[in-house]
Amino acid sequence: MKLHLKIWRQKDANSKGQMVDYPLNGIEKDMSFLEMLDVLNEQLINNGEEPIEFDHDCREGICGTCSLMINGRAHGPDTRITACQLHMRSFSDGDTIVIEPWRAKAFPVIKDLIVDRSAFDRIQQAGGYISVNTSGNPVDANAIPIEKDMADKAFNAATCIGCGACVAACKNASAMLFTSAKVSQFALLPQGRVEATERVQSMVRQMDIEGFGNCTNTGACEVECPKGISLENIARMNREYLSATVQG
Amino acid sequence: MGILDSKVPAGPLADKWTNHKNHIELVNPANKRNIDIIVVGTGLAGGSAAATLAELGYNVKTFCYQDSPRRAHSIAAQGGVNAAKNYQGDGDSVYRLFYDTVKGGDYRSREANVYRLAQVSTNIIDQCVAQGVPFAREYGGLLDNRSFGGVLVSRTFYAKGQTGQQLLLGAYAAMNRQIQRGKIKSYTRHEMLDMVLVDGKARGIIARDLVTGEIERHSAHAVVLATGGYGNLFFLSTYCMGANVMAAWRAHRRGAFFANPCFTQIHPTCIPVSGDHQSKLTLMSESLRNDGRIWVPKRLDDAKAIREGKLKPIQLKEEDRDYYLERRYPAFGNLVPRDVASRAAKERCDAGFGVNKTGEAVYLDFAAAIYRYGKEEALTHGMKGADDKEIIKLGKQVIENKYGNLFQMYEKIVDENPYETPMMIYPAVHYTMGGLWVDYNLQTTIPGCYAAGEANFSDHGANRLGASALMQGLADGYFVLPYTIGDYLSQDIRTGAISTDSPEFDAAEADTRARLEKLMSGKGLHSVDYYHKKLGKIMWNKCGMSRNAKELQEAIDEIAELRADFWENVRVPGTAVSKNQELEKAGRVADFLELGELFAKDALTRNESCGGHFRDEYQTPEGEALRDDENFKFVSAWEYKGEPKEAVLHKENLVYENIELKTRSYK
Repeated sequence: MKLHLKIWRQKDANSKGQMVDYPLNGIEKDMSFLEMLDVLNEQLINNGEEPIEFDHDCREGICGTCSLMINGRAHGPDTRITACQLHMRSFSDGDTIVIEPWRAKAFPVIKDLIVDRSAFDRIQQAGGYISVNTSGNPVDANAIPIEKDMADKAFNAATCIGCGACVAACKNASAMLFTSAKVSQFALLPQGRVEATERVQSMVRQMDIEGFGNCTNTGACEVECPKGISLENIARMNREYLSATVQG
Repeated sequence: MGILDSKVPAGPLADKWTNHKNHIELVNPANKRNIDIIVVGTGLAGGSAAATLAELGYNVKTFCYQDSPRRAHSIAAQGGVNAAKNYQGDGDSVYRLFYDTVKGGDYRSREANVYRLAQVSTNIIDQCVAQGVPFAREYGGLLDNRSFGGVLVSRTFYAKGQTGQQLLLGAYAAMNRQIQRGKIKSYTRHEMLDMVLVDGKARGIIARDLVTGEIERHSAHAVVLATGGYGNLFFLSTYCMGANVMAAWRAHRRGAFFANPCFTQIHPTCIPVSGDHQSKLTLMSESLRNDGRIWVPKRLDDAKAIREGKLKPIQLKEEDRDYYLERRYPAFGNLVPRDVASRAAKERCDAGFGVNKTGEAVYLDFAAAIYRYGKEEALTHGMKGADDKEIIKLGKQVIENKYGNLFQMYEKIVDENPYETPMMIYPAVHYTMGGLWVDYNLQTTIPGCYAAGEANFSDHGANRLGASALMQGLADGYFVLPYTIGDYLSQDIRTGAISTDSPEFDAAEADTRARLEKLMSGKGLHSVDYYHKKLGKIMWNKCGMSRNAKELQEAIDEIAELRADFWENVRVPGTAVSKNQELEKAGRVADFLELGELFAKDALTRNESCGGHFRDEYQTPEGEALRDDENFKFVSAWEYKGEPKEAVLHKENLVYENIELKTRSYK
C-alpha cells in the first residue's frame, strides 16, 4: 500500500506545532497501525530525522496508553478497539491519513502525538477507591454474595482503560464518561456504597478543577469508547451526584 | 550453601511463615514516618507494595516509565489468579496449591517460599473483593472459578479475560488512596537508570525524567524493585513494548546476583507471527484451553493443502485430525503445563504439520465446546427438541460470555472469526521465571534492595503455572514484603534522612551521564530496533524452546559481537535533554545485550532439561525433559564481574523436605 500521511509534529509543550506530510510506501494490510508508524519512524531515523513520538505500550488494547486521533476519530475508523488494535486492512491503497494527538485543554501536548493525561490520575486520587486497609484481615471473600447482574454491571464499568478517547471525541472535551465509569463501579457494589456520597462529590469536583468541559448528552464518547463503556454510567453518576447534593 | 543464605526459617513447613512473622522486628509507627522507601515499578507487585508500605506509615516514592501507574503490564494478564479457597469443594487445599506449583516448576523452586505463597493466596482474594475488584460470580452471587493448566482442581478466580486489569486497578486504587493522603509520591514517565549504594547498602536511585530528560537523585532507606520480567530480550514477546530489565540489571551491576536467567516461559497459545513487520505478539489466554481442543492434521498432505489455502480446517473430518495433546497426555489433555504444550506444538510444526503460511501454527478449536455448551443451555432452558442450528447459537453465546474479549481481539488481529473457524496459535515468549536472586525475605544480595513479583526468581522454579503470576505479584506486595522489609528497617530508625549530596550519588550520576552520552555518540549506522531485532533472532533461534551446547556457544559469541557493534554504531537521534523515545529504547537494548549473553551462558551451564529449559542433549526416548537432580538441583545465581563472560556462578542448593522429587508426568 501507498499512503499519504499528515502528522502533527510539535517539539515540546511550549512550541507551536504543525501538520507535516509524509508519503509512505510498502505498507502491508496485515500490519497494525502502530507498526505502520514504526516503519515510517525507521525511515526517518535512517534519513537522520527525528522520529515521530507517540504513546503506546501493551499493543493489545488493554493498557490505554495509545491515544491517536486518526482521520478525526479517536482510535481511528474501526469501532470498539484502540489505535494499537487497528490494522491497515481498514485502509485502502492511496489513502490520505491524518494523525493528531488528543485535543483537550486538560490534556496538554508533551511532544508530537503524546499528551499529558495526569488529570485522569488526579480524578481517581480524589476518591476512586474503597478505604479498606490492604494489610488487614478482611472478611472472607464469599461472605457478601453479590447479585450477578450487579457484579456484571460493575465489571463492565470497571473495564475502562483510561485512554481518554471519550474526552477527545467530545466536542466539549468532557470527562464524564471516564469519571462516571469509576463512580459506577463502586456505586454498584455493596463495598463501595459506604463512601458513595463523598466519592461522587470529590471526583466531580476534581474533574471540574482539571478543566474538562460539561456534558451535553451527545453520546460521541460512548460511540468512540474502545471498551464500549455505556452512557448509563453518566446517568448513574448524575443520580448519585444529585442525591449526594440533596443529602448535603 | 556458599555465600548465599536463603534465610528460610526453621520449623515445620506450615508454621514457618507464621513463626517468622511473630519473631521479626517491627518498626514503631512514629519511626516509620522518618523512613523513606523507593518502589520502582507499579504493576501488581510494586503497586500493592507501595500502597501497603504507605499505609503502614512509611514515606513511599514510586517510579514508573508509563504515564500512569495503572498502565503497568500486569494489566494485560488475562486468565486469572489462583487461590486455595476450595470454594468448589473439589479437594483443593494450601498443600495442593503448593504441591502443584513446585511440581509445575519442575522442582527448581524453594519449598518454603512456595508454601508461603499458597498460604497467603486466600488473603489475596479476600483483600481484592474488599477493594471492589469485580470478579466473575455465579447466579447465586458467590465467586466463580475455572481451571488452568497443570492442575486437576478449579482454583482460578477471574474477571472475564481481564483479570490482570481488574487486579491492577485495585492496587492502583489502593495507591491512589495513599497518594491522596500524601504518603506516596508518584513519579510517572520516570525511569531508574542506576542504583546508589552507600556503605554497601541500597540507599537510592538515579532516575531520568523522560519528559524533560533531567537526571534526578532520589534517596531512601530501602529500594524495592518490582520491575517485571525481561522477555523483551527476544524482541518478539507478549510483553508490552517498554518492558525492560534496566532497573534489575543496574542493581545486578551494583552487586545483586541474577538467578536462573535462562528460565523463560514460552506460552503455547499466542497469535502466530504474520510477517517481518511484527512488533509484538498477542497472547490468547490459557483459560481457552479449558474449552478449546488443540490439533493439527494427521496427514502431511492435508497440512500442506491447508497451508496453500486449498483446504479449510472445518472441512477436515474428525478422524483426520490429530489432537496431539489428548493423544500424548491423556490425564491432563489440553491442560498440560505451558512448557509441555509449547514443546508439543513445536514438535508437530517441525515435523511439517503446521497450518499457516509459515508452517508455525496449530489449531485451537472451539466447535466441540460450542456444541456441548449449547446442548446444556437448550436443556436448562427447557428446549427439548432443539436442532443443531439452535444448539450452536446457544453455545456461541456461552463462549462469548466466557471469552468474548479474547475472541474479539483475535478477530481484529487475524481477520478471521474464531466462532466459525478454529483459532491459529503458536508459542511465544511470555514470562521469565528467572530474575534477581532473593532470600526468603525477598532481599537481594544487596542489603536494603528488595525484588518483588516477576523481577525476582523466587517461586516458579523452571516453569510457571497459569494464573500464578498475579498470585505471586500480589502476595509479595500485599502480604510478604511489608513484613520482611520492616525487619531490615528496624535497624535504620536512627539513621535519619539519607542525603543525595554525597560522593556515592555524585559518582552514580556521573556514570549515568557518561553512559547516556556514549549512547548518543554512536556512529549512526543502524537504529536501535535493528540491534534489538538481531538480538531477538539469536535468542529465539538459539536460546528458545529447545537449546543445545553448540548453538548456545554460538549465541554467546554472536551476542558479544553484536554488543560491541551496538556501542560503536548505534544511531540515536535527538538529544538527551528532551523527550527522546529512541534514547529510552537504546538504554534498554544495551542492557538486554548484556543479559542475553548471561542467559545463554546460564543455559549452557545447566546440563539438564527442566521446565522451560529444554536441552536437546537431555531428553527421554519419548522426547520428554530429562532432569538431573543429582547435579543440578540448585538455583544458579550469577555475580557480576564486568563482561557477562566473566560472571561467577554461585549455587543455592535446593532442599526438599516435604516433597518427593519425581519425574514430572502429565500422562
